[in-house]
Amino acid sequence: MSNTPESENTMETAVRPSSLADVASSHNKVPGTRALGTGLETRGVHAWFGKHHALADINLDFAAGTVTALIGPSGCGKSTFIRTINRMHEFIPGAAMAGEVLLDGKDVYAPGTDVTKIRLQIGMVFQKPNPFPSMSIGENVLSGLKLAQLKVDNKDDLLEECLERAGLWNEVKDRLGAHGGSLSGGQQQRLCIARALAVRPQVLLMDEPCSALDPGSTLRIEETIRHLSDTMTIVIVTHNMQQAARVSDYTAFFLSDGGPGQMIECAPTSDIFSRPQDQRTENYVTGRFG
Amino acid sequence: MATPTPREISTEPRRSDKVFRSVVTAGGLSSLVILGLIALFLGYRGFEVLRQEGIGFITHADWSITTDDAGNVTESHFGLSAMLVGTIMCALVAVVIALPISVFSALFLNFYAPGWLKKFLVAIIDMMAAFPSILFGIWGFLVLMPSVEYWAKLIHRYLGWIPLFDLQVPVFTRSPFVAGVVLAIMIIPIITSVSREVFSQAPLDRIQAAYALGATRWAMIKAVVIPHGRSGVIGGAMLGLGRAMGETVAVFTVLNIVFQINWHVLLGVGGNVASLIILKFGDASPYEIKALMAAGLVLFLLTLVVNAGANAIVKRTGKSGR
Repeated sequence: MSNTPESENTMETAVRPSSLADVASSHNKVPGTRALGTGLETRGVHAWFGKHHALADINLDFAAGTVTALIGPSGCGKSTFIRTINRMHEFIPGAAMAGEVLLDGKDVYAPGTDVTKIRLQIGMVFQKPNPFPSMSIGENVLSGLKLAQLKVDNKDDLLEECLERAGLWNEVKDRLGAHGGSLSGGQQQRLCIARALAVRPQVLLMDEPCSALDPGSTLRIEETIRHLSDTMTIVIVTHNMQQAARVSDYTAFFLSDGGPGQMIECAPTSDIFSRPQDQRTENYVTGRFG
Repeated sequence: MATPTPREISTEPRRSDKVFRSVVTAGGLSSLVILGLIALFLGYRGFEVLRQEGIGFITHADWSITTDDAGNVTESHFGLSAMLVGTIMCALVAVVIALPISVFSALFLNFYAPGWLKKFLVAIIDMMAAFPSILFGIWGFLVLMPSVEYWAKLIHRYLGWIPLFDLQVPVFTRSPFVAGVVLAIMIIPIITSVSREVFSQAPLDRIQAAYALGATRWAMIKAVVIPHGRSGVIGGAMLGLGRAMGETVAVFTVLNIVFQINWHVLLGVGGNVASLIILKFGDASPYEIKALMAAGLVLFLLTLVVNAGANAIVKRTGKSGR
């Protein structure tokens, strides 16, 4: 973990970039240039916890092969929103939703939909790394196949490919039989990313994936995200605006003014940080509140 | 620079802490003291018989006492082996039947039952644990036995090639199998509530991780809940086993107590140590009482050994999945 390039990277993250917009504009993608399906769309999504109206009327398009960051202060419904996308929201007792989530034009909430298939297409990485402690590193990566009863021809290739794409292969290739819990926090999180990749999702949802990690691990995961966006659509919730600027093509700003959380503005990331349309967005990204 | 010697670190606990510590210590030691006194009492009362019979007390299978007209003991043979075999057989049958039922009940209650049904069933199961065992015994004798006989015949017919289920004499009623079924029903509440407790502690983040990977509920349970709860379930099964080994009245009601070692679960011959004590205690001579006390001591030690074995199993399988 302590080789030279990485410690240099760690130094780099500590230096505050002059402008978030500069960082963001350096890697903009043009939507629609990649043939990865039609992507993900939400229409009029509302969410409730019992009587509490947590989220109101979210309309967002996630173009295939792009990274979209969801930013906003705590309690504005970002996490709730991404959990409605892969239908994890409904596990909370009393949770309800309205509206549509369209994956390749099909509503994931349509009656008769196999929810386990939806979750195979829309993977998720959680805030806290959560590898299965009773399984080895290798078993963790392939656990999704077992859980969803999928068959693959060459497990070893898949294992290597997923760990490679998650940026973990070199660190663990000699101890794939070790327990997942023996890794550091950042490695565990990359293991969880590798695990999510193994079932080949079209969309990867990341709920503050770096909030429990040190800057070095954070950087590794951000690099991973940039690489992954070549082959999948990524939605990432983050509290760290620099992270949003570094990794995302688009940024959506969420805010709750005491009522349900709303999506205030969504635009290419460089625009959000350089010329936001809404005064509230500007206040937030310039650090005047939140 | 000289390396300093490590300082001695000490703390002076507050008075309230000291008081609490002594109260807790007294509570913790009391069970040990009570158990020790019981063992001492049994050993003291049974010593004479144990010395007389030696190792034969647990290896022989006859229990007879002859007295002359004046009430003096002329001849006596005390051997517990038939009862020990019966104790272990009945208890094992009970755990083998009760464990899967309990684990599935616990999984159903935690992950499948709607809220109202869960509350209702938990109340029922807790009530079952408090039910007097004589009623289980009578129910087992009057209701269960005629129907279990059918099952026993079925097992004998199709699994009779296994020595355990083989039967030379077709006597199916009052067998260790019937007693085991009654005991199973008695220990289901214990194993269920322990399993339910450990399953409900399965960490939510791993449950969510499994679901997010496209797991069905059953796949999630296999990957997360069961590995997490395994050691707790084993502990619950051992609690149930202990209860089944010590059960007196229910077994006494169902079983035909015969002093003959019986390894055939389906044969209507057997008994367990506790039911032997209740059978003989009423009209025992003072010398036979001593033998019964010694039998009590042996049962006590058997329970200790089984529990120690259970602890060893739990420790060995404990770490994984947590």
